[in-house]
Amino acid sequence: MYSVATESLIKQAREIKEDELQKFYGRVFKQLHAKDLGGDTVDSLQRLRLILSATKYTREIPSDLVTKLQTILCSSSCPEQLHVLSCSILREIFLSVSSLSNLSHDNRTISYVASVVLSQAGKKEHVLPLCHHLLKSLESRLSEGQISKHALSILSRIISVYPDILTDDQVNLVSRKMVDWLRYASMQQGASVSSGGFFSAPRTRQPAPLTEVDGVVTGDFFTVLCVGQSYTDDQWMNMYTFSMIRNWLLTYDTDGTSNAETDDRSEVDSSVMSMVSATSSSSRLLPPKERLREKAFEYCQRLIEQSDRKALKKTDTELQKACIVEAVSIMDIICGEDPSYVYRAFPCIKALYGRLNGDLAYTRALLPIAQFYLNHSETAAVDSEVVFRQLFGHCPAEQFNEPMLAFEFTQFCLLNASTLQTRVTGYRQSFPNLLKFLAWNSPGLISEFVELLPSLLAPDTAIELLHTILDLPCLAAALDLQHRSACYQTSWDQQGAKVAACLDAFRQPSHRGLFLYILRPEAGTGDTIDRLKMLHEILADMAEIPRVVRCAQVIPVLLHVYFNTVTQMADQKLMNQLMLVLLERSSLLYNIKKFNAEVQRVFSTHLQTLCKLYPPLIVDQSRELLDFASSPSNIYSKEDFYTHVVWVIGEYLSVSYDPRCSVELITSFFESLEAVLFEITQVRQSASPPSFSPRLITVLMTTLAKLATRSQDLIPRASLFLSKMRLFARSAPVIACYSEEDTEEIITRAHELINLLKLPNVAQFVLAPAAGVDGPRWHRDTNTSLPQSMRTVSTLLQRHSSLLPT
Amino acid sequence: MVVCFLIHTVSPVNALSAGESRILYARVFRPETGDARDFTPEQRRLMQKEKLHIVARQVQSAVTLSLEASGNPCPEAVLGEEAAALGEAECGVFSLGNAELFPDRSVVLWLSVQSLAFTLVCGPHENLLLAEGTIRNIARHCLEELRLLGPGTEMLLKSDRVDATLHRLLPHGQLLFLNHRFAFTLDKEIASYGSK
Repeated sequence: MYSVATESLIKQAREIKEDELQKFYGRVFKQLHAKDLGGDTVDSLQRLRLILSATKYTREIPSDLVTKLQTILCSSSCPEQLHVLSCSILREIFLSVSSLSNLSHDNRTISYVASVVLSQAGKKEHVLPLCHHLLKSLESRLSEGQISKHALSILSRIISVYPDILTDDQVNLVSRKMVDWLRYASMQQGASVSSGGFFSAPRTRQPAPLTEVDGVVTGDFFTVLCVGQSYTDDQWMNMYTFSMIRNWLLTYDTDGTSNAETDDRSEVDSSVMSMVSATSSSSRLLPPKERLREKAFEYCQRLIEQSDRKALKKTDTELQKACIVEAVSIMDIICGEDPSYVYRAFPCIKALYGRLNGDLAYTRALLPIAQFYLNHSETAAVDSEVVFRQLFGHCPAEQFNEPMLAFEFTQFCLLNASTLQTRVTGYRQSFPNLLKFLAWNSPGLISEFVELLPSLLAPDTAIELLHTILDLPCLAAALDLQHRSACYQTSWDQQGAKVAACLDAFRQPSHRGLFLYILRPEAGTGDTIDRLKMLHEILADMAEIPRVVRCAQVIPVLLHVYFNTVTQMADQKLMNQLMLVLLERSSLLYNIKKFNAEVQRVFSTHLQTLCKLYPPLIVDQSRELLDFASSPSNIYSKEDFYTHVVWVIGEYLSVSYDPRCSVELITSFFESLEAVLFEITQVRQSASPPSFSPRLITVLMTTLAKLATRSQDLIPRASLFLSKMRLFARSAPVIACYSEEDTEEIITRAHELINLLKLPNVAQFVLAPAAGVDGPRWHRDTNTSLPQSMRTVSTLLQRHSSLLPT
Repeated sequence: MVVCFLIHTVSPVNALSAGESRILYARVFRPETGDARDFTPEQRRLMQKEKLHIVARQVQSAVTLSLEASGNPCPEAVLGEEAAALGEAECGVFSLGNAELFPDRSVVLWLSVQSLAFTLVCGPHENLLLAEGTIRNIARHCLEELRLLGPGTEMLLKSDRVDATLHRLLPHGQLLFLNHRFAFTLDKEIASYGSK
């Protein structure tokens, strides 16, 4: 496909020398002025286009060449290829504003001219002439053949960038034309000129009737789902109009202002006289905007009926799906503007839902229907529970592997997150299902889920959600197995043998419960399972497949979002539960490379946050924390997290944070940590080098000192122990393992702590300050601040200096 | 409405260094307003080209991740097997984030055929079903008319064919609701393009 030849051609185009280029320009100019614009000219123009587009920097081309190209662009007698080429070349260079407006606006070339104008237009003023020309062509009573087919597409593009470019009158004008095309297009096929074979003269056949997509002769007005051998010009305009009507309505019909009756009414009558069909006479009296709404609504209803037919061609089946989505969306917009349409719309939408529900091929079309229900079911007092139960309960579980559906589903949730949270009862319970989309395609959907996750957090399912997030890679593995199992996939990809073993395990009845849990559709059956470790072991061989690895990579960010959200809503009970989960799951994680370390890092950060928010947690969970801190095995498997646990103990285990903190509690923590520190710093001949970082030593030492200042009986023990640290730091294995700076740091820190402990009150102030000491009040309030106290003391000492012994 | 259409390389290609994506064709439909600030036309053009490169690189990584996850080996179709190549083509979608590159939260739809990708950048509330059908149709035309499955350089020199195809199937970035007869008429016009 992309070959060396292609690459070298691009390089040549980029690196062409200036003088060669100028010669080339000259040659092109001459060729364009020749009488006969032949194949050579086309070749040259193609090369010129390549040279201009191959580089991101602008090239100047001579103005006479530019003028010639502009002439070609606007000349209706040139062959199409020259139009296309000159158009694409002019898009690559810069035209002055004046030359933009000079481009003549002939109907047959307007579309190409518009391409150039739109590519250059940096401001609204640049497109005004083009816009006016288009409006003029729509206004005059030209037959459709003389209006450019692309008129509406160009207009749609202009208003998508500059919506305020049209005045109200102009909006009405275009609305009227759109009504004509949408609703009053010809009902018969276009006249086709057939050659009639070799012997007979060309003759035009009688126009045949149009058919629906299933071949039945059509009986109602023309839509994009009507089939004919060839189409008339206004039927083409019907198609172009429908293609842009949603954009139009979104721009001009959703500002919420009601359109007061204007005196356009008489004009409405006359413009419609040409093509009258059997609609209610009252609609003819509506102002243009309302009339367009009415006709668009009828068009959409008809499309929905037409999409029930079984199309003969696959293209048409796909088009029917797209039409359903578009029609429902347009009806949604219209009902939003005028609630009186809701009562007309709902029977249609309900019937449509009944038809499509359960048909997996049409799930994507269910989303706009769900949006409609969300927006309007209250107005119509229609029950929407069933729709959402189906949507959240079944779709993700059955179709998690369809990338387009997953994306659209997630976008739907994101767009409506606040409404879904409050009005759809099953929404927050359905997170196990929704997360299946993320597990299957983590890199593609993570940014959406980062925003979506807070809406899925509810206090009663928060813990289950945390467990689910931690086991998301398991879910990815399980979904992969489920998918392979369902597809009878026997293709031997790179992990063939390992995956086969897991597949067998997946199919075993004894493991059914485990997999049923992990693949469950909704929350509420339990925070987690006892045999989680077993599930991890069964899936161990899947830990290296790309899907699982990518899933594991997004977990840290998801956890951060989770904790940042949950800490804002958590009460005491929930915080306790969260702490327990942190302690428990730090050793119960699916074994993927780097996953453990990353999750621990997140846990450490949020352990600190939780304790800072609610210091009594330490006393509440003292037993678990004591168990955790007393096992040296925790150091070897999760040093980072262990270090943080020790740190929070030192920081928050104090009477000033929790009155229940007794001397016995402090002593028991002290003794456990002392024992751990003793064990890991034993200086023996046969000792192996320490496998933990120096930071653990310093944190342990500091924590022990902190605890000692709070229960001052422990100070002698602490000092004794700290004095042994020098020996440890100077032992051979340690010197071999730690850097010079680290060993110095350990010794210095031990020394500082010993000295500090000699002055218990100062030590208390430094190591265990009361809460709020870092607040400004300590230093500013003249009654309580330290400087004041010091001043008082020194004054006292000075004043009574005569009393001091000389 | 569609903001732009790109054809660019994706998976590692012999002729390019790893991570590099070469854009073979780009057509931007939305005028570059430069966020209403005053830029010279040169600056605006440079900005536009660089934005397109960013999109191409993002699509490249999305395609790579998708292929890696599915574990399916990339079939090597040759000239004449366009329909098969399209049948095996992977399709994907992701959003570009809030107004990073283009105003509004744009959505990127890609279709990867072997080492090339066809990319559509759409506005936020686009009909993605229609967009998917359109991109497959355009890709089919490009594959067939420009002999993309072969090693030739028609893609670069005859890119006006792509212009003509887009002119009919995606005029000014407008997605069209084409039933098989409308499509057939446009296909005939595209096929007769260039023959005088």
